[in-house]
Amino acid sequence: MKPLAVSKELTPDAFVALEKTGMSRRQFIARSGALIVGFTMAELTTRLMAPGSAAAQRLDGAGSGRLDSWIAIGADGNVTAYTGKCELGQGLYTAQKQLIAEELSVPLDRVKLIQCDTALTPDQGTTSGAQSHPTNFNEKNLALASATAREALLQRASVQLGVSVDRLTVKDGVIRAQADSSKSVSYAELVGGRTFGVPLNPGAKRKHPSEWTILGKPVPREEIPAMAAGQFEFIHNVRVPGMLYGQVVRPPAVGATLVRVDDNPVQGVPGIVKVVVKNNFVGVVAEKTWQALQAANKLKVTWTPGTGLPSQRDFYEHLRNQKPTRDTFLVNSKDVDEKLASAARVVRATYHYPYQMHGSVGSSCAVADVKDGKATIWSATQAVYPLKNTVAMVLGLPPENVRVIFRLGSGCYGINGADTVSYDAALLSQAVGKPVRVQFMRKDEMAWENYGFAFVIDERAGVDATGTITTWDHESWAPTLGGRPGPNNPGNVITGFLAGFQPAAFTARTPAPEPTDFSNGSNAVPSYVTGCVGGRCGGTGAVTSQRVLTHNVKSLFWTGPLRSPARLQNTFAHESFMDEIAALVKADPVDYRLRHLRDRRLTQVMKSVAKAANWQTRPSPRPGIRRTGIAGGRGVSCVLYEGDNGYCAMVAEVEVNQDTSEITVKRLVIASDCGPISNPDGLRNQLEGGALHGVSRTLLEEVTWDDQKVTSTDWATYPPLFLDANVPKIETVLINQSDGSTMGAGETATTVTAAAIANAVFDATGARIRQVPFTRARVKAALDARA
Amino acid sequence: MSVLNLKVNGQSHSLDVDPATPLLYVLSDDLALRGPKLGCGLGQCGSCTVIVKGNAIRSCITPVDAMAGSEITTLEGLGTIEKPHPIQKAFIDGQAMQCGFCINGVIMTAKAFLDRNPKATDAQIRQAMSGVLCRCHGNGRMIRAIKRYAQGVKT
Repeated sequence: MKPLAVSKELTPDAFVALEKTGMSRRQFIARSGALIVGFTMAELTTRLMAPGSAAAQRLDGAGSGRLDSWIAIGADGNVTAYTGKCELGQGLYTAQKQLIAEELSVPLDRVKLIQCDTALTPDQGTTSGAQSHPTNFNEKNLALASATAREALLQRASVQLGVSVDRLTVKDGVIRAQADSSKSVSYAELVGGRTFGVPLNPGAKRKHPSEWTILGKPVPREEIPAMAAGQFEFIHNVRVPGMLYGQVVRPPAVGATLVRVDDNPVQGVPGIVKVVVKNNFVGVVAEKTWQALQAANKLKVTWTPGTGLPSQRDFYEHLRNQKPTRDTFLVNSKDVDEKLASAARVVRATYHYPYQMHGSVGSSCAVADVKDGKATIWSATQAVYPLKNTVAMVLGLPPENVRVIFRLGSGCYGINGADTVSYDAALLSQAVGKPVRVQFMRKDEMAWENYGFAFVIDERAGVDATGTITTWDHESWAPTLGGRPGPNNPGNVITGFLAGFQPAAFTARTPAPEPTDFSNGSNAVPSYVTGCVGGRCGGTGAVTSQRVLTHNVKSLFWTGPLRSPARLQNTFAHESFMDEIAALVKADPVDYRLRHLRDRRLTQVMKSVAKAANWQTRPSPRPGIRRTGIAGGRGVSCVLYEGDNGYCAMVAEVEVNQDTSEITVKRLVIASDCGPISNPDGLRNQLEGGALHGVSRTLLEEVTWDDQKVTSTDWATYPPLFLDANVPKIETVLINQSDGSTMGAGETATTVTAAAIANAVFDATGARIRQVPFTRARVKAALDARA
Repeated sequence: MSVLNLKVNGQSHSLDVDPATPLLYVLSDDLALRGPKLGCGLGQCGSCTVIVKGNAIRSCITPVDAMAGSEITTLEGLGTIEKPHPIQKAFIDGQAMQCGFCINGVIMTAKAFLDRNPKATDAQIRQAMSGVLCRCHGNGRMIRAIKRYAQGVKT
């Protein structure tokens, strides 16, 4: 095969030599202790032929403890770095390059970054959960590797120059004696073309943000010029010599199974290569896309009827009453019932959140080349290493015979169809022994993706005579089925299931065991309680009496992480409810939150957002509401994302047309604290897009179904905000905590948007909306329900 | 199958394809162009947009034979990475994209509209973008980039 995928990072002859061995770069490093970069074929072949046990030394697991797995200095002094956290459109690629250039004191254009390729990069699991910054920009992994490399270079320079490390300076990849600048040595002279051969040094010091000259700056994203010019290679543009085109034929209903496939109708279709059936998986391969599409449409496939779906109208009741359940306590101070009984007032409300979809604008695509017992998969997966394992399971190959190469797809926002289409391409390629590209038709993407979780949430709180919250009680129900395949569950997505794998088992558990440790990864625990479990208090609030009980049930549809999974749903409930309590006791919504918060940084983002929004202190709703015409109002919401991964507060200003029940979001002010900021413009872009994604989901998005199947199968039946939308003015306040740890920021704004809008609608009209999306019908019902 | 002549970005191509094939598949599969993309295949999202006779055309629902003999311009036909077209430059300068998948539809739709309506108001520009979808919801930066280009067209 032409070295089209990795040619840039290897010299061409080195690539050929490596390909001939069938070894990965990581195996190569482990075996030979040498770098590939800059090597000639002769050198490489000599090293590869040396005795050793390559297979036994594969570097598995999270990250790598070897510096050479992360950083290589070429003979020309250029830096090549390897990361397992991928660019998904969030700007991470450029930010990681900034990190490496900063720590190594080299110009940005002398850093080359290789991302997410199981033959080349360390295993860093999944690029998800706003974890890339915490993982690679703090004290471990890529940041530590960069710092370790810098220290190793300084130490070697110290020996070579006879000058102690503290009397050396580094600039542009050259180390000089402070006292005598003629005493110098370059990175290339020190290690160019050779390995470091050292482990990551946990004591290696990162530069303090106050010293940064590259990191922390608004460096433009590297991909954007090529994207704007139509030159960028998305997964959709990957072309492999001899590549064929596949299409899938999905069941017509949920739970339908295959009876038979009659391929007579496609016999005459030009270009048809093969009809492929494996258990309930059906697909076709043709020489061209159009031929594959026609074949898929003409193929006569008989399915059993579906297993039937409950009425969408009664869905939330169905969800609340479904058995069996898996029950979990996040916190339980065991005094909640007693405190509710003795409270001056008890407040209750129930919130509903629908299934929503990732709905990537480009349907998912993958290319697979499976032959001679080996597989190469080009995929937009967030998880190259886990996918390598599950593709191996789907194909019946040993994992070491599978290589997964990441290429950017259409923005995924979680597990869209990228993994499942990778299995489709792999199965079809295996069946024909040639490379196959699959890109879904819209309905195949939308009807079968892993939707974001629906939720029913009950909130109760006790309030004392002074209006202070004395106890908080939260109970939720959410459906789950499948999810990320991880390293061994290909049945967690539709193709794996159709091909004969089961989703991870649903394990019922009632009653919930008492919590043993505090964690708030799903933000099920509201910000206003202490979060005390086993003597440790990890929460951000002041309320000591607290109970958070969650129930998972088996879902009708596939589910999986969708930007701010569960955290958005829980935050919508908590932050709406906090507003309801504040209104009941006639307190200002910002003041009332601050009264119940203990966390310094969450308090700071609240105060910052209120100041930037010119928040007028008064209770909601606003005084003097008329029941008709256009009414304006403001609402606030905040979160410490995942309990420890990014602070965010938002003020939303809305107008509600009380005659048409239409909500217009006029202005969003966002305050963010995610520790030291890597790239302020990238951060702003994420906050702005995240907030507007939140607006779209809050006002418009809901997966629909009938008694057999999902009916949201295109943009007419699942309409999000398009580019003609009258979008709000979005203002961001960035709090740069240069002494803190780096946190995630790609999901925080999305998390707080729904509640901020709901609270603003209440402020404007006195009407409370407790069900997403805020359709006109629901707004009208809430307006009509006003006293 | 039949032989068709297609003129794309100033180059002529003679192609043996089913005349009913949507133009998009010919551009991306046969000519390996990276600008126009399959988003929905239904003409709903704009990702596949190309410009023909000054009009923005949804290539995913346009049979290739309907375009035979016409001059087709794709995103890569506007400018290059080194010398971007002013509308491409406006998006680069404004960092007005995230995943970048939709950008073909955004730029091509806006360009076709503004070249015909250089004095368009903000409301008219937004209306012209009504069939274009960005799921990263970078609307704010995109509309600003379009307006920046529009100001250049007017002057």
